[in-house]
Amino acid sequence: MSAPRCYHCAEFTRATLFRRSVAEAGRGLPAIEAGMPLPAGTGLDRRAFVSRAAGLALTVYGASALRPAALDDGIARAAVSARGNRVLVSVFLPGGADALSVLAPVGDARYRRLRPNLAFKPGDGPVFREDGRLHWHPSLAPFAKLHKQGKLTVFPAIGYTHPDQSHFTSRHYWEVGALDARESVGWLGRYLDVVGDPDNAMQGLSLDGTLQPSLATGRVPVSTLASPADYGFESHHVWDVVHELMEDAIADLGALSRHPDPVLAQAAQTAAQSHSLHRQLGRLVGKDGKVNYHTKVEYPDNEFGRRLAGLAAMLDAGFPIRAVALSGPGDYDTHADQAGPLADGLKTVAETLAAFQRDLERRGLAGRVLTLVWTEFGRRAEQNASNGTDHGAAGAAFLLGTKARGRMVGEFAGLNRLDKDGNLRATVDFRAVYSSLLEQWFDVDAGRIVPDAKKMPRHSLVKA
Amino acid sequence: MPLPVFTGPFGPAQAERLLWRAGFGPRRGEELRLARKGLDGAVSWLTNPPAKDRLVGWHPVDGKGYRLSPTDKFGHDHLWWLDRMVRTSRPLVERMTLVWHDWFATSNDMVGSQRLMIRQNLLFRKIGLGSFPGLAMRVTVNPAMLVYLNGLNSPKEAPNENYGRELMELFTLGAGSGYSERDVREQARALTGWTADYKNGVGWVRFRYKQEHHDDAMKVVFGKAGPWNWKQAVRLCIQHPAHPSFFVKKLWSYFVPVPPDEATQAALEQLYRESGYQIRPVVAAILHHPLLYEGPRMAKPPVVYTAGLLRSLGDRIATEDWVWLDIMAGQLLFYPPNVSGWNDGRWLDTSTFRARWQLAGRALRKHAVHPERTKGVDVPRDPEKLVNRALEFWGSPPISDETRAALLAFAGKVMAAAVADDYRQKAFPVMALNGLRHLIAASPEMQTA
Repeated sequence: MSAPRCYHCAEFTRATLFRRSVAEAGRGLPAIEAGMPLPAGTGLDRRAFVSRAAGLALTVYGASALRPAALDDGIARAAVSARGNRVLVSVFLPGGADALSVLAPVGDARYRRLRPNLAFKPGDGPVFREDGRLHWHPSLAPFAKLHKQGKLTVFPAIGYTHPDQSHFTSRHYWEVGALDARESVGWLGRYLDVVGDPDNAMQGLSLDGTLQPSLATGRVPVSTLASPADYGFESHHVWDVVHELMEDAIADLGALSRHPDPVLAQAAQTAAQSHSLHRQLGRLVGKDGKVNYHTKVEYPDNEFGRRLAGLAAMLDAGFPIRAVALSGPGDYDTHADQAGPLADGLKTVAETLAAFQRDLERRGLAGRVLTLVWTEFGRRAEQNASNGTDHGAAGAAFLLGTKARGRMVGEFAGLNRLDKDGNLRATVDFRAVYSSLLEQWFDVDAGRIVPDAKKMPRHSLVKA
Repeated sequence: MPLPVFTGPFGPAQAERLLWRAGFGPRRGEELRLARKGLDGAVSWLTNPPAKDRLVGWHPVDGKGYRLSPTDKFGHDHLWWLDRMVRTSRPLVERMTLVWHDWFATSNDMVGSQRLMIRQNLLFRKIGLGSFPGLAMRVTVNPAMLVYLNGLNSPKEAPNENYGRELMELFTLGAGSGYSERDVREQARALTGWTADYKNGVGWVRFRYKQEHHDDAMKVVFGKAGPWNWKQAVRLCIQHPAHPSFFVKKLWSYFVPVPPDEATQAALEQLYRESGYQIRPVVAAILHHPLLYEGPRMAKPPVVYTAGLLRSLGDRIATEDWVWLDIMAGQLLFYPPNVSGWNDGRWLDTSTFRARWQLAGRALRKHAVHPERTKGVDVPRDPEKLVNRALEFWGSPPISDETRAALLAFAGKVMAAAVADDYRQKAFPVMALNGLRHLIAASPEMQTA
């Protein structure tokens, strides 16, 4: 457990720690405080498999009937029928990223008064081409370039009516695609329930080891992918060839596998199975401990980049993936001293996603992948006394891809029209974006997936 | 009916198994001391502990050396209890506390208050060897349980069936054991009347019984009519003919992995009834039973494995790592997966095995010898001696020929490679010793008892 960073609010820290640790334990994702919504997917059945076909460790959710042998068959069959299908990647920036730093209204007179210590100056970051009042965060130069190339759609103020300022509740609304605390299926999960395959666990893929609630399904299986490098058997002060010999010896601990005592035999079998799992996964891991995805594009050296590089390789290899979700790097709950951590997080996100886009282009996959970058809310327009910002309402979001329209959707409403809590007002509803994507990208009736789709306008998001 | 009693020799191996089943494994040499008491003496020592625990060793701290905040900080409740398991001088009391936590499973996931969870834990520790009806009554109106199974705010106008159902299904009678859906509804009515206030920032406070919220009209439970209240709801379950059998089977299953034969089952039920539904004599009889010593082994639950490592090494809790490591191994205290507790058939799989490997590695970290700082460290070069030295480190646990062969093969290969240069000659035997200690801790013999 990493130490909580001091600028978090307690709710966020505890929620994050708890979600992470409990999800690792495979016990589903629990509620954090009484009255908070249970994350979608809580209580889904969970089983671990190694896909021999994929050479990957998958944890499959919601497939109690699926036998290990059927896993690879299902993936293989789906790989034929799902060839060339379109993919949506959801990247969540946890904590509520500050929209007024992502696209800083440097040209708005009120901005410097509201943000005396945090405001950017003209020239700090590139000017936003579609609204001269706004300047990109300096860390987002790669996004400015992608926008200029027409590959990045920008939502400067996205949210929903009656914004909730709890991390947990607001995130939940975005995850389930509805303002409903009791909904337990994610919006991408509902899409997969409509179009998905009861045998293909890879159609919905969570890339960071825990089930992203937006992928939680009611009917079809989905899975999480653990990095093959995550299944090591280290020992303090055991190095070199001795370490290799020690790993081999774990297999020998399986010598009692046929012992008449059933529990002793089970413990021995577990040791032997763990060793062979480790060996299978090890084939994908190089001598440097890193996974080899054979990409020609250089990604920034971080976990987020490795996961996206792996995704590009899997799509290239024809894996039947339809929806992907993961959390982006960085902590965006910037209650205090926000400038540094925010700059670091955004830089990693932008550089890595730009590399991912280049990788997809080089592999010839860019026409079938869109990436939605979102956060649970933006932050208060007025900074606080700790050089940070508190929870706000409208946030910023992006849609990346060769097929994205690449224009601004909605508008920046200006700092003279804040809501009663002093927060930026939303000019686009996230449910309208989901509905538009479902219809224009996935070609399905949004009404079957987003409960309020009928009430929502549509935005033109996908190039013909 | 006489109860079968283990009559074989009660040596260190038997004493060690007893300490694992009724506690958290031996401290260094503890199994030898216990063996000298003989079976009766050992069981009596366990089942008749002093009223106050004597905690042996240094108090627990977090990774920074500060005292724990068990009622506030996430995971510190886990560490707080783990520390009791490590340092207790009343292992059975602590183990029974774990039994009742699983039996009357309550999760802080729902309760949302470490303070209330720890209060429940203190109750289990205090009366966990006494009267079962007394325990069941106290649990029924225990604040954490009232929150967890909706005993709170279950007024007569809208009785909540959650607790009434689990009281019968999981706590006293067993599913399908002589009660009907009507009994569930009637029990829910009998249990009405408890309430508390929710205070923002504090949680549930002022738990109390309000007569005006209680349904005092007639109910029919198990065919018996009366104006039953919560005490009578529990008493009716205890007096139900199916209860002794359920109680004995369930309690037995915590100590012995195969069911008792019919004669043992009947004798234990009789003992339970004749003792006036006391827990202590039934536990004592189970701890005397031949099947505990001659029957198959049991997988150590993750917290038992963890506490056992630290007891064996004489170490204290000094890191929060035990929280996430035990989570990965499948057991975060105060967070059982659901109201039926942990599934102890699922302690061992490829992911929990890796977690146990890491648990052992974490326990070993401070003891590992640096391979390049071996001045004054005497490490044998003979594989046989290396293996024995590593076993002695763990108090020489009994180990099968197969596992010994695996360890010897590893030591042999390392020593065969410990040639060529000065680094290998000096460092490899030390690394072999470090590795052997880790392999022993991960061996089937040490995962089970």
